[in-house]
Amino acid sequence: MSTDHNFSVVGKSLPRSDARIKAVGAAQYADDIFLPGMLYGKLLRSPVAHALIKSIDTSAAEALPGVKCVITGQDIPKIKYGNWRLVPESQDEFALAIDKVRFIGDEVAAVAALDKDSAEEAIRLIKVEYEELPGAYSVEESLADNAPVIHDEYKQDIPNISLDRKIEYGNIDKAFAEADLILDDHFTVHAVSHAYMEPCSCVAEYDHDGRLTIWTSTQAPYFVQCLLASTMEMRENDIRVIKPFVGGGFGGKMEMRPWEFCAAFMARKIGRPVKFTLTREEELATGRRRHPMNIHSKIAFSKDGMILGKEFIVHLDGGAYNSMGPTACFLCGNFGAMLYNYPNYRYYGAHVYTNKPPAGAMRGFGAPQALFVAETQMNMAAEKLGLDPVDIRLMNAMESGDEIPGVATISSCGFKESLIKVAEMTNWREKRKNLKPGQGLGLGCYSFISGGVFNWFNTRYNFTRAEVRAFDDGTVHLMTMASDIGQGSDTVLRQILAEELGLKISDIRLTAADTAVTPQADLGTWGSRVTLMAGNAVRKAAQEIKEELFKMVSLKFDLNVIHDMRCGNGNIYPANRPDRAVSFGDAVKMAQRANRGEPIIGYGSYTPRNKGLVTPAFSFGAQVAECEVDQETGAIEVKFMTTAHDCGTPINPMSVEGQLEGSVHMGLGYALSEQFIMKEGKTLTTTFLDYKIPCAEDMPPGVSVHVDTYEPDGPFGAKEAGEGLVSPTAPAIADAVYNATGFRCMDLPLTPQRLLAGMKKI
Amino acid sequence: MKKELITLNINGDDIEIAVLPWRTLNEVLRDQVHLTGTKLGCGTGDCGACTVLIDGQSVSSCLTLAIEVEGHQITTIEGLAPQAAEKSDLENCELHPIQESFIAKGAIQCGFCSPGMIMSSKFLLDHTPNPNEAEIRAALSGNLCRCTGYNKIVDAIADAAEKSRQLKENNLDPTTI
Repeated sequence: MSTDHNFSVVGKSLPRSDARIKAVGAAQYADDIFLPGMLYGKLLRSPVAHALIKSIDTSAAEALPGVKCVITGQDIPKIKYGNWRLVPESQDEFALAIDKVRFIGDEVAAVAALDKDSAEEAIRLIKVEYEELPGAYSVEESLADNAPVIHDEYKQDIPNISLDRKIEYGNIDKAFAEADLILDDHFTVHAVSHAYMEPCSCVAEYDHDGRLTIWTSTQAPYFVQCLLASTMEMRENDIRVIKPFVGGGFGGKMEMRPWEFCAAFMARKIGRPVKFTLTREEELATGRRRHPMNIHSKIAFSKDGMILGKEFIVHLDGGAYNSMGPTACFLCGNFGAMLYNYPNYRYYGAHVYTNKPPAGAMRGFGAPQALFVAETQMNMAAEKLGLDPVDIRLMNAMESGDEIPGVATISSCGFKESLIKVAEMTNWREKRKNLKPGQGLGLGCYSFISGGVFNWFNTRYNFTRAEVRAFDDGTVHLMTMASDIGQGSDTVLRQILAEELGLKISDIRLTAADTAVTPQADLGTWGSRVTLMAGNAVRKAAQEIKEELFKMVSLKFDLNVIHDMRCGNGNIYPANRPDRAVSFGDAVKMAQRANRGEPIIGYGSYTPRNKGLVTPAFSFGAQVAECEVDQETGAIEVKFMTTAHDCGTPINPMSVEGQLEGSVHMGLGYALSEQFIMKEGKTLTTTFLDYKIPCAEDMPPGVSVHVDTYEPDGPFGAKEAGEGLVSPTAPAIADAVYNATGFRCMDLPLTPQRLLAGMKKI
Repeated sequence: MKKELITLNINGDDIEIAVLPWRTLNEVLRDQVHLTGTKLGCGTGDCGACTVLIDGQSVSSCLTLAIEVEGHQITTIEGLAPQAAEKSDLENCELHPIQESFIAKGAIQCGFCSPGMIMSSKFLLDHTPNPNEAEIRAALSGNLCRCTGYNKIVDAIADAAEKSRQLKENNLDPTTI
């Protein structure tokens, strides 16, 4: 248990190391960068959802004064890209459309001009002749007979299904035959936007030495480097990707994007820096989003409440391209069988193309959808079997050591403790009995991964790597490609390093996320991988330094070989003689001298091995929503949220809390207010006035506790925090609304209109 | 249309600048004066990331034309603790109490909404030095944040208000700290 560990920096609620520079407005984000001679880029996007491009006339745009470059799909190498490099045929995107557009917003041409006005004017002067094709705007339409084929250039067994995945273990048919209760339900979940506050932006520069440098708002500099190299036919080593400060990502910035390609391509073509910054309208109308899904879930129970098995059939509405859909399809199958022991399980997931903006990775990545369904069915089953929703979960809950056949073994697990805790904190059993009309209490739970194991990007490097340089002034320099996009990893990695070396945070200099400088291995920020994976790499690098310094200090004191050494308070000392300490800086000086001037550098890397198919460690938690429903208007007010979760050792509890509160915000929006209203592929909700993310007044008060666990595979016992918690909020609120009104929500979002219509049918 | 030569008073400095009549204050601050602490999150006045003060009043700089504010005092995030810009040692430089509270209370994650949040908070506390939680939340309703869930921002503003009260009791002007 983590209480046995006596940490000095880990576990402390230190302010973020970048909070001061952000508070004074001096933190530079991509759009804050201005280079001499820089041009402004703008994209021409398709106004039609599905069409052949018959011709493009750029002559008027090129003739406009101030316009320096115009490119279309005809000007670029015909090389497709996509994050799933492991399956090359899944790479289905060109940076600019060639011959065909597949959604409203598909990028068709790009210009670079002296100023923004000229760039916009030039875009309007490009004439594109389209031959419109019938479109398919839902899973049903895409899978109908005679549906238009959205990608006809490669073979698909079923038209418009780009890929599918099956999981099966146990004997599901036998489980259904022996069941006392079977729930067989259809659910639909909708698309939502990441709505990161910083619109995507990048600046690219090509220097006379033949190197391309791009500052871009990204979660994964390495992906951008590799995919720019392949699409621009350049060598990876000739491309430098620098991540400046990033204003949030939530999964939406983890691919190479067309504007990055266009900025780089035009910068190389004309020898001047080019900047692209998206408008919010472009973000909301054309940007990546969370996958809408049609889910058919059939679950079998014994009469005493044990889960016998589940069949889970999911159709992902992927939009026009694969994007990160394959991973969502993969993970949804795993999350469908998480939290509880499912002795028999069958999953079929299919990723379906539609003529809509592509869905991609978004916080939770398959879990919010799968767990909305799974948790709703647990609540339904509890009611049908006359059990308390907490009890039916405790009976079936996963524990440390449980195995998901062929997938993973559960390492640390505080799920049962979370359930018990959240029930205690809310006075669950009593309160449920004393609800007034219109009041409801609901429960939802989650589990999430601490980084992925599956190497879909097909990297040839370690999953992450750290370099630590030690200096004789008692400081160290940490170099890592781990990317802080606002989640706080720069602070967390500093805390891990300071703890390992016994230094203060202020003794640590950090350089991060610059592919030319930081160690050439890290897959980026997604899947809650950074704390565990980069944290382990940092620790290993620090341990190399420590080993070197311990050797030197042992020598000085002529210590016995079995003598334990420690570092702390900026010193290195024998464990039983702390009075005989050598300062960290002096120890570095000694080591450097002994090595005839060689600098003292430690390297550490981390790649999950023998950790199954999904992740090295799972987090867990439970959440209770208290709601009040206005029976006349259908307005749902969330009165209080109570959360108990298991993230292993919280490296920075204040940071974890902040992530958790942010999760509640995003979960609340997902449950109640956020949605893309679309008409034949056109997104109508393109401003924050229409696309409603919760504001300060919408946020319910709440309380949360960390359940005490220690993850053996994580740095100082840490694992995932803050991503998985986006999942339980929607099922908890939906369950509370059911208890308040009798309407069981099977389709998100739970708007007042949907609730009122549902209540009428009861 | 021709550019007009105007003088903008930004954070106490008179800056003479040629602007097109349709340029917003946000465009001029960011693209021409390169005061990039003021952000642009939506351009439609919905997110509040571009909030600045005009004569002490909080406004969306994305909805304000630059030529409209000639002769008015414009305060941006860079003007809130001007000593921070002068002293290069940010770690050891005391900022405005609102900034210090945002830092200490964990109200800053990605930081993109922070300058606008801080300017809206400044406007609130200048006019309502003892706000209750509902007043704080109402004052922030025009500023969107996707990272924090707002609670730590609300805590930070309450904390800043408390600190400012203490400073006033000691006859110190919080606006000059």
